[in-house]
Amino acid sequence: MTAQPSGPPTATRPGAPTPDDVPVLAAVDLKKHFPVRGFRSQKVVHAVDDVNLELYRGRVVALVGESGSGKSTIARLLAQLMPVTGGQVLLHGEDAIVKNRRAFGRYVRRVQMIFQDPFGSLNPIHTVRYTLSRSLRIHRGRLRGDALEKALTELLERVQLTPTSRYVDKFPHELSGGQRQRVAIARALAADPEVLLADEPISMLDVSIRLGILNLLRDLRDRLHIAILYITHDIASARYFADTTMVMYAGRVVEKGDSESVTQDPKHPYTQLLVRSAPDPDDLDARARGARGEAPSLVRPPSGCRFNPRCPFANDLCRTEVPALLPVGEGREAACWGYSDRPDRPTLGSVLDAYGERPAVDVTLLPVVDGELAKEGDR
Amino acid sequence: MSAQTQSWSPGGAAAPAKDPVLEIKNLSVDYGYDNPSHVLRNVSLTLNRGEVLGLAGESGCGKSTLAYAATRLLPPPGLITGGEVVFTDRDGGKQDILRLNDRQLRDSRWQDMAIVFQGAMNSLNPVFRIGRQIADGIQAHVPGLTKKQALEKAADLLELVGISPDRLRDYPHQLSGGMRQRVMIAMALALDPQVLIMDEPTTALDVVMQRQIVEQIAELRDRLGFSVIFITHDVSLLIEIADRIAIMYAGEIVEDASAQDVYRRPRHPYADGLLHSFPPLRGPRRELGGIPGSPPDVSNLPTGCPFRARCQFAFDACATVHPRLTHPAVQLDDPARQVACLRHDPARVEAAGFEPVPVPPQLAIR
Repeated sequence: MTAQPSGPPTATRPGAPTPDDVPVLAAVDLKKHFPVRGFRSQKVVHAVDDVNLELYRGRVVALVGESGSGKSTIARLLAQLMPVTGGQVLLHGEDAIVKNRRAFGRYVRRVQMIFQDPFGSLNPIHTVRYTLSRSLRIHRGRLRGDALEKALTELLERVQLTPTSRYVDKFPHELSGGQRQRVAIARALAADPEVLLADEPISMLDVSIRLGILNLLRDLRDRLHIAILYITHDIASARYFADTTMVMYAGRVVEKGDSESVTQDPKHPYTQLLVRSAPDPDDLDARARGARGEAPSLVRPPSGCRFNPRCPFANDLCRTEVPALLPVGEGREAACWGYSDRPDRPTLGSVLDAYGERPAVDVTLLPVVDGELAKEGDR
Repeated sequence: MSAQTQSWSPGGAAAPAKDPVLEIKNLSVDYGYDNPSHVLRNVSLTLNRGEVLGLAGESGCGKSTLAYAATRLLPPPGLITGGEVVFTDRDGGKQDILRLNDRQLRDSRWQDMAIVFQGAMNSLNPVFRIGRQIADGIQAHVPGLTKKQALEKAADLLELVGISPDRLRDYPHQLSGGMRQRVMIAMALALDPQVLIMDEPTTALDVVMQRQIVEQIAELRDRLGFSVIFITHDVSLLIEIADRIAIMYAGEIVEDASAQDVYRRPRHPYADGLLHSFPPLRGPRRELGGIPGSPPDVSNLPTGCPFRARCQFAFDACATVHPRLTHPAVQLDDPARQVACLRHDPARVEAAGFEPVPVPPQLAIR
């Protein structure tokens, strides 16, 4: 509570960009390759390549992508839980790659992380009181007696675990999933961070309590003026919660823009596929059907655009050159050659039309199960 | 696109006739022996032939327990304490699954009812090639089949679910999550079952793959004519693929209606709350709250309605009277639909000596 006194006096309305603001945390050309195990193996997994992102105070950036697209790796790199292969992490514009434990300690005081699984991230043998007071002691120095008690109460109140006396002496197994996640958030808040990296904070929780956690995080963003990186695979929750949405595919950012326009008018073919694949009972006809293929191997990613093997519009250009993020409207970017002005660019159409036809396969296989054994006998 | 998509759109052209293939009657399950928790209490549910029945609810509400109990796969300390599960064969022969002896049960499994388990990653044996795993299952049920024939059959099955047959010699770790899930579906279809139970088959997958799997199931259902019980907590997905949805809460079914009715005209406050727990991808952005509170502890259930502590429409009778599934008290409702809420059951409220309270407009949308 030293860096930021109670409440942000200059809290800007969320959604209103403040261009002169320096990003609290920024990643520049972030890159992470994991070596593949094996004797003299030179192969690497290209988990994250050339990712740029900026987090501003009081704003939420969502990172959307399927599993294995590198979104959690970005969170871990930004939390400096693992070394980067290339690129920079900037805290208030200064290089913040930590080189020793001391520096890491100073860094985590400002950048905290919430994990996906509140069942795993809280130590089952310690009470809420121990978990939180340990975090308070580490980040705020020696607190004891009344001061500690006051800080604990304040933390639990901030995550809406009230009355606090009912929760403070509980063990994690006595709490529900939503309450556990609130304790995990309270632990992160004990450091009074400027940035919160939330790695799928709701995907392990029950549907009826997910929104409660998102609303809590939104409330913290507004009241404490925190920058939040929200990692999710659910693009609808990104629309609900985040100001900016970035879509990742196979380790690269393919689209970036304000959440509303990214979800309502997706530009990149992958984003279109993603939006069209989400279940939407109101709009059954506009669902992409018959899409095939899956994310590529990241050990040998496809040359050019990594989406090209699945993209219905891909041409030779897409297969040879990596597209950069190109501007596609106000404050929006998409990494797709279709939006460039090159003469050999591919022509984009509607993903719905491209995928709408269900492939006419398998008809010949019809008798496979019906006449199974008769057929087997003939052979 | 049109003809084929219609056939699996909810309540579409292929609305199945009432021809029950699986009838679960008053099924009760306890966990534990000395001080048991009653995790399922008198659950009745009917699956019609060719139908996709969705089972939705929060974790811990008994969805998976219901599926495992109905197939007698429930591991101890789960104990079936009452009820019957009647399976009707294609030729009309009926048998109670819960009263089969071990030998009959072994014959019936996979043949009549097959189940696709939750995590495909954990369901396949990592040290055997997938071809052998599928072939083993087939050989166990079809005596006299050579290994070669079983492998050929396995190849056909893989092709059926859209995996190239040369993958037979792969180990599970060489396949992606979506492919492993397809292998599980292929295995379940090996003996042409009449009922396919899918326990959260798409939860571990991302949306694009989820859509592929769901399409595959719908297409195979149309082609092979089996019935599906689809268990998930994702109601929005269910509305798309299921013909009928049963919503469970704390070990009971609280609403049972056609998919479109559940979505457009929910009658139970919990169903209504669940539908408002998903941020929409389209339409106006509005503030959503989810459902306050958390599900009750089934080992220590309150009297009356188990949902009343989280319900905004609870009134005095809810604390003492336990609601039963009845036809909702809304004019012109589909006669087949059922809801367990005292707001819809004035007769029961009156019988217990309370003043009935009318149905709130939110739960009486036409």
